[in-house]
Amino acid sequence: MTNYADDEDQAAKVDARQNVSRRSALKGGAALAVLPLTFEGPAEAQPTAPMVAGVAVEPAHSVLLSTSVNGKVVEFRVDARSSLLDFLRERLALTGAKKGCDHGQCGACTVHLDGRRVASCLTLAAKAQGREVITIEGLSDGEGLHPMQQAFIDHDALQCGYCTPGQIMAAVALVNEGNATSKERIREYMSGNICRCGAYVGIVAAIEDAASKMRRA
Amino acid sequence: MQPFTYTMPRTVAEAIAAFRQAGPDASYIAGGTSLYDVMKLDIVRPRHLIDVSAIEGLDAIETGRDQLRFGALARMSAVATDKTLLRDYPVLAESLWKAASQQLRNMATVGGNLLQRTRCLYFRNGTGNPSSVGLYPCNKREPGSGCAAIGGLDRGQAVLGQSDACTAVSPGDWPVALTAMDATVELAGPDGSRAMPIAELYRLPGDTPHLEFMLQPGEIITAIIVPKTPAGRRSTYHKIRDRESYAFALASAAVALDMDGDHVRRAHVALGGVGTRPWRARAAEQLLVGQRLTPESALTAGRAALEGARAGKHNGFKVDLGARTVADALMIAAERSA
Repeated sequence: MTNYADDEDQAAKVDARQNVSRRSALKGGAALAVLPLTFEGPAEAQPTAPMVAGVAVEPAHSVLLSTSVNGKVVEFRVDARSSLLDFLRERLALTGAKKGCDHGQCGACTVHLDGRRVASCLTLAAKAQGREVITIEGLSDGEGLHPMQQAFIDHDALQCGYCTPGQIMAAVALVNEGNATSKERIREYMSGNICRCGAYVGIVAAIEDAASKMRRA
Repeated sequence: MQPFTYTMPRTVAEAIAAFRQAGPDASYIAGGTSLYDVMKLDIVRPRHLIDVSAIEGLDAIETGRDQLRFGALARMSAVATDKTLLRDYPVLAESLWKAASQQLRNMATVGGNLLQRTRCLYFRNGTGNPSSVGLYPCNKREPGSGCAAIGGLDRGQAVLGQSDACTAVSPGDWPVALTAMDATVELAGPDGSRAMPIAELYRLPGDTPHLEFMLQPGEIITAIIVPKTPAGRRSTYHKIRDRESYAFALASAAVALDMDGDHVRRAHVALGGVGTRPWRARAAEQLLVGQRLTPESALTAGRAALEGARAGKHNGFKVDLGARTVADALMIAAERSA
């Protein structure tokens, strides 16, 4: 379902251009702990700033990120400013999580980080270091749909569909949190996900339906 | 957004050392739900981010001893669902679950929440151009540039504690509940550790609205302490918003009551959404002592809580709304069993 091969090749090329000793110093868990001691940037001279996603970035302003996305470990050098959302969309081509407001107000970017739902637009990509990210692309474990995806179809819980991946990721987390106990509670715990088409009635019905199926599964 | 270095220390000492080395353009970041947001708006431009969220042992929630203790890195969602708090200190739990969305509560920490930046529309209206003062002047964003909220679209602005330089509302809910419950914050910094009553953490805007917190450079909030009190059970956080969920308060009240029958022995009252900092209402508290609690005496206390309020053009409703929010909160709390 997902193919990061091209991007991984690119990432490898980016890293290959960098000084080897610098790279090995940044390897693994030590990567982020080492940086505080070198605010001036790397001691060894860099002929040119390395390219990250086609943009020149000073090594001191980037981080080497190793994280698990939908069960697959990926390693990329990222601009420290990058959000987890931009990393997923622009570097991994996982465009399921949507950029709505980019300020944590709309919920369209919702993904799971270590099993908890978060707004990926307000999560620095660097914070995903060593953690597990699940996006809508990785929600179903096989060819079929997750019960929540099926329920959204069955209950007509969308119109334009832009907010839907975020709604579904939030809804699955809501059920796992034990908050699908009443319509009122579902509404309260889905309030971070805005649907401008106004499909809320269908969304609540879909969550109630999927919750009973998820509990049986 | 300006480029920055990013580091993730594992201990408080490492974090403070990193801050000392990085200098004045450094900033700590925890959940990032407030700081990263205002960085995207180019309002805050750190050159070095020190991410404290991986510091070990700073996320404990301790309710079993003679005081409540919250590690600064405990997530809002974890504290909001703590069973002891839900039963014995609903004002604390409610102030958290009525704040933000579950996504943000999973990210934000209870320590970082104390330092949330204001939602004043004029403050947030930077243009994204670092050399600009933004579309509108703002003394908090660009000291000395002026305040466009005064005489402007001020429906959301403060009616208590504002100055000629700034009317921005203190945005938090949790800080209001902590203010009512006499919390203390523990700090660690380059000059050692100290504790501070939460009431002293927040400055009034005065002539220097860009200075919001009484923290020294490099200081980190490490824990929040709340003294235990029997008033905790009869408590609530009552929040009035433009919509029912996921919105900032127009007015809110954190109250806790120690009752003798239907008479008040002691009251805790603080307000949110109306003041330039979390607003403790001592006059209302004193008025309630020894009184029989009725809708009338509760409203009298509510009016006392808003004493000295000054409204602008469009926010006059907050004076009455604030008083009634306090009154309703008192009646809700009183009905809870001790």
